[in-house]
Amino acid sequence: MSISNIGIYYFGAISLVLIGLYGVLVKKNLMKILISLSVMETGVNLLLISIGYVYGKSAPILSEGIGPSQTVDPIPQALVLTAIVIGVATTAMALSVAILIHEKYGTLNIEEIRRLRG
Amino acid sequence: MVSVLKRSLAILSILIIGYWLAQGLAGVPFGQDKMLVGHYYLNHVKEQTGAVNAVTAIVVNYRGFDTLGEVTVLFIASTGVGALLWRKNRKRTAKTEGSVVLTTGTELLFPFIMMFGVYIFIHGHLTPGGGFPGGATIATAFLLLYLAFTVYEIPHRGFEKTEGLAGMSYVLVGLIGLWIGGYFLFDWIWQSWHWGVNNIGRLFSGGFIPVIYTIIGIKVGTELSGIVDNMLKEEVKE
Repeated sequence: MSISNIGIYYFGAISLVLIGLYGVLVKKNLMKILISLSVMETGVNLLLISIGYVYGKSAPILSEGIGPSQTVDPIPQALVLTAIVIGVATTAMALSVAILIHEKYGTLNIEEIRRLRG
Repeated sequence: MVSVLKRSLAILSILIIGYWLAQGLAGVPFGQDKMLVGHYYLNHVKEQTGAVNAVTAIVVNYRGFDTLGEVTVLFIASTGVGALLWRKNRKRTAKTEGSVVLTTGTELLFPFIMMFGVYIFIHGHLTPGGGFPGGATIATAFLLLYLAFTVYEIPHRGFEKTEGLAGMSYVLVGLIGLWIGGYFLFDWIWQSWHWGVNNIGRLFSGGFIPVIYTIIGIKVGTELSGIVDNMLKEEVKE
């Protein structure tokens, strides 16, 4: 398979990761960097979910007319459920560190924080 | 000038990384059946766990120990937020009271949001959702209260005790499984007592999945409300 037809979901996932990476590299506000990290995380989650997708199959909830052979892979979805929760936990920790930094330096600009050191 | 250079360097590097990622993913066919273990879970989920939602059956039943670790990580994060933001004298410092629309809407919506959260976590084995989204929904109800009323605070003692009790009862459910079935987090309600065998697809089925998801929902709800509380309060100097 060539690189030109990787599928819209893989493309979207890669784009989200790259948008997040761009934000992390370029932005100077600590809050914007944390938001970029969250965007990257969303991209990774979308990638995992779309790897588990199977054409024409439905969600892995067995019900009338949907047997075990008519559903997509449940394991990536279970993994992503875990990943989302851990993402919330790490984001909360990072945000509280950002609150502390703002209390200490009065700014969230990473360049000014660097200058105030020492 | 520097920022233009930095920006173009960043764009160049993300283009290289993007090409590299796309080349790697081009070898992974989209939409093909790539399941290895998934088929086993899907074929046996009904008779082995009694749940119809394969995702929550995997999260709580097949990989229950993993989920216990996940709950622990969330607990450590909430404790960490509390420890980082700890001050001697902290109070709510918001000055503007919420508008009439916000306060009235909060009063009206609060019970319904709570009910929706509880619905999500007790139907985890039947519908999409489960303890983590349900708990997050409950925490948003408390966040609404914080936004609308400047003096509101969660009842700390009750919340902390509920959180601890929920965490302990998860371990207790696992230990009862160890006692009855021989290994930690054995599904004793389904596999030893056969409760709800004729009830698959209805609320009273799924073995201990609804029980554990109720515990997780309560724990996550109180924990996230505690995080919100910690972040919204500020130190007050006398």
